[in-house]
Amino acid sequence: MTEPIITFDKVNKWYGNNFHVLRDIDLSVAAGERIVVCGPSGSGKSTLIRCINRLEEHQQGTLRVDGTELSDDVKAIEAVRKNVGMVFQQFNLFPHLTVLENLTLAPMWVTKMPKKDAEERAMQQLKRVRIDEQAAKYPLQLSGGQQQRVAIARALCLTPKIMLFDEPTSALDPEMIKEVLDVIIELADHGITMICVTHEMGFAKAVADRVIFMDEGQIVEQNTPDEFFNNPRNERSKDFLSKILGH
Amino acid sequence: MSATFRSIAPRPAPVSTEGFVPWARANLFGNWPSAVTTLLLLGMFFWYLPGMLNWMVLKAVFVPNIQQCQAARDTGACWGVIAEKYRLIIFGRYPFDEQWRPEVATIALVALLMASCVRMFWRPWLALLWLLVMAFVFIMMHGGVAGLSVVETDRWGGLPLTVLVATLSIVLAFPLSVLVALGRRSKMPAIKTICTIYVELIRGVPLISVLFMASFMFPLFMPPGTSIDVLLRVLVGITLFSAAYLAEIVRGGLQAIPKGQQEAADTLGLSYWQAQRKIILPQALAIVVPGVMNSFIAIFKDTSLITIVSLYELTGSMGLALDSDSDWRPFKIEGYIFITAIYFVFCFSMSRYSLWIEKQLSTSKNR
Amino acid sequence: MTATAVPPKKRNWSLRSRAVRGVLYQIIALGLIALAVWFLAHNTLQNMRVRGIQSGFDFLDQPAGFDIGESLIPYDSMNPYWKAFLVGVLNTLRVSVIGIVLATVLGTLLGIGRFSHNALVRGLCYAYVEVFRNVPVLLHLLMWYLVLVSALPGPGEERSVFGLFFLSNGGVSYPVPVWGLGQALALAGLLVGVVLSWLWAKRARRLFELTGKPRLVLWPSLALLLAGALAGWLLGGAPTAWSIPKVGEFSVNGGSSLTPEFIAVLLGLVFYTTSYIAEVVRAGIASVARGQSEASAALGLSKGQQMRLVVLPQALRVIIPPMTNQFLNLTKNSSLAVAIGYPDLVSISNTALNQTGRAIECISIIMAVYLTTSLGTSLLMNLYNKHAAIKER
Repeated sequence: MTEPIITFDKVNKWYGNNFHVLRDIDLSVAAGERIVVCGPSGSGKSTLIRCINRLEEHQQGTLRVDGTELSDDVKAIEAVRKNVGMVFQQFNLFPHLTVLENLTLAPMWVTKMPKKDAEERAMQQLKRVRIDEQAAKYPLQLSGGQQQRVAIARALCLTPKIMLFDEPTSALDPEMIKEVLDVIIELADHGITMICVTHEMGFAKAVADRVIFMDEGQIVEQNTPDEFFNNPRNERSKDFLSKILGH
Repeated sequence: MSATFRSIAPRPAPVSTEGFVPWARANLFGNWPSAVTTLLLLGMFFWYLPGMLNWMVLKAVFVPNIQQCQAARDTGACWGVIAEKYRLIIFGRYPFDEQWRPEVATIALVALLMASCVRMFWRPWLALLWLLVMAFVFIMMHGGVAGLSVVETDRWGGLPLTVLVATLSIVLAFPLSVLVALGRRSKMPAIKTICTIYVELIRGVPLISVLFMASFMFPLFMPPGTSIDVLLRVLVGITLFSAAYLAEIVRGGLQAIPKGQQEAADTLGLSYWQAQRKIILPQALAIVVPGVMNSFIAIFKDTSLITIVSLYELTGSMGLALDSDSDWRPFKIEGYIFITAIYFVFCFSMSRYSLWIEKQLSTSKNR
Repeated sequence: MTATAVPPKKRNWSLRSRAVRGVLYQIIALGLIALAVWFLAHNTLQNMRVRGIQSGFDFLDQPAGFDIGESLIPYDSMNPYWKAFLVGVLNTLRVSVIGIVLATVLGTLLGIGRFSHNALVRGLCYAYVEVFRNVPVLLHLLMWYLVLVSALPGPGEERSVFGLFFLSNGGVSYPVPVWGLGQALALAGLLVGVVLSWLWAKRARRLFELTGKPRLVLWPSLALLLAGALAGWLLGGAPTAWSIPKVGEFSVNGGSSLTPEFIAVLLGLVFYTTSYIAEVVRAGIASVARGQSEASAALGLSKGQQMRLVVLPQALRVIIPPMTNQFLNLTKNSSLAVAIGYPDLVSISNTALNQTGRAIECISIIMAVYLTTSLGTSLLMNLYNKHAAIKER
């Protein structure tokens, strides 16, 4: 059996002294696996994935990503971030750079790619998310759905092994959610490990290998989408599902 | 596929991150440069602290005794100069026995200003209160009524003059600034141009030149034979100056009102002035209160300039008090420290108050 | 169906038409203003006749009749008034430009210091801003002047520092190189160095884009500047003549000096404006959303790269407009030099006004100079804003 690409081993995180936001998380993610994390707000889902690329620091336990253990070591963090791409709820595109410049920034300055190669790769990724004609525009000139697709392309430019999505469609108008989800679904067929925090249950059913339900900082239940949605075993999961599938 | 779920109770963090020691470890000694800086700064502080304490407190003279002060010349501060001259510094050349009058007037004015910033008092009777208090202040300062002796405006000075000039100029400037702000947003080109020229002209020149203009040129503008009171000239100058800056602040507030408000007012059939008075201005003015307060603080500091045109407000009265007395003149630096402290206390409190008001107004906007 | 080419124009001259009312209001407003201007002008002319005040700018050609304490160009009391005004303008520019440079450097350091990891540094920067901002600038000037005048040694007690600098009540004297061909060529060499280092920076950027390897820019540029100045100096014969201040019979001779008035105005303006610039810089950096540094960190950019490529470019757009406002404020505040006798434009204009009685002319000169500076800066600022604005829909 191959090494899992991400392992959480009794990972604990606190905010301050008393807010125990991640409690004894044990999780293994295999390479190429597609995972959806769901749960009520405040359950620690975003914190969980932000720990994977060290945007948040855990205080107890071991977290290994692609063979590297995450700690304060700067080199370890650099190595991890080269292999982990992240897409944010608020897109976080750089408004003072064009779309193309947004995408070539990291390849040029982090992986030291020549500008021409970086631009070529950027155009490839833009074509992939079907937004290549907007390459010369500025982010604030695009719609929300277009901006999020650019953000996905930007993360893909570094050819990461793992992609993290932190509620990628929560800030979008309803008619734009589909275009972004379609792009993510397409990505899923290419073998990238994906961890997606989302409320979009249709997406989870279509794409996920595993659904993880979190509540109050713990993993309450994890199962295949079929099992989880049709046969939830835990009271809290049932309660959550009834609320979000209600309408 | 999932194991049976066992709920885990929350635990406190193993290593405390709250409390003074963790805070100090993170904020004072977080990394090498930080630790070195902390030690350096603390070292400097403790090195100079005894010297400063000696001069300011331990070896300082607090009694108004000129011999003791001169004896302590370079070793200790002479706070006695304050004890000796404070009434001259704070009240200027106002007659000694009548100084309770500017004192009462200033307290009334300050109370009125503080009340006016609180939303609770924004009622129609506030305007009436303003008129009453201003009349009261003038009667107190000028006299001539109810058995109070007359004190001409050229003897008004010190802190009461500073507060009075600052307050009056903002109060008078405010209606003018609203008109100018509305004028700048008007669609009529002539009015818009006139207002824009006024604002850009005043904002482009230093206050001292406006004061010179008011001081030297205002008498020329009036029919021959009329003499204009010095205080009035200065007031006109500072008012015109404040109005230009306030107009920009009010204009910012007007711009922040969504266009839909004006459209709603139009559909209801309100005229231009009705819409402004009842819908647009009340909202805009609530937004600009912090900006107006900042303007007030700036004007309060700017009143120190009227010293240059011979009205002895706080800065000038200090110079006057000590220049004329050769015994106490060497202790001017203590005098300066004293009025610096007064300005600081006033301005700092006003800016804190302004921040508090801003928070009140913004929390009332969010449900 | 007939197509109408142009919508028919309706001419409605009734008083109820908004267009007509608009025109009417403007005519009334202009009329009132014309009336007021006529009233003021009429009174002014009458007053001037009564008091025997003459008008006109012809006085500018007459000899000024007063000395000026310090000047960048040669001047004596027989020079005409316009030259005196020019000296004033130069003095204002001198203290303003130096003040702006110093205040910007200090203010930026303090503004960045508010984000330091060290709590003491953060606290000191905050305390500086609050203490210096809440004291009127005139008081700053007066206090610095008092301190300088009491601290500087009086006549007969001049103190020399390292044998090169002199402290006296005339100010701080420092040695200056005697200006000659060598120095002029050194300056030219420096300018050549500037051009060369700019070219080097461009080449370094192009190489980076081609190959991906970043090239050094800072040290080569400094080296080029130094080399240029050195080359020019050598070409000019490597002159080493310096004018070193020495105590003369009545005062310190030689070298150049900074008068206590100049130093007081400079220090007062710099310390006051620094507190405002620090606030502007702090607000600018804080305005860049945290998500920007998070996204750039997630992409693997180092802290330095995050600052340089993502945070600072966005922060600068927010910082520069209010920063130029502070520059203008500093320039306008330099007019307070009249209170301590530094001969800036307002001070000299005041003297001229008192001597000639031409109040309107003198004050209008002051206002015209300051207005030109302010409007010119606003224009440049608007151009910059248009160019640098973050492009939105």
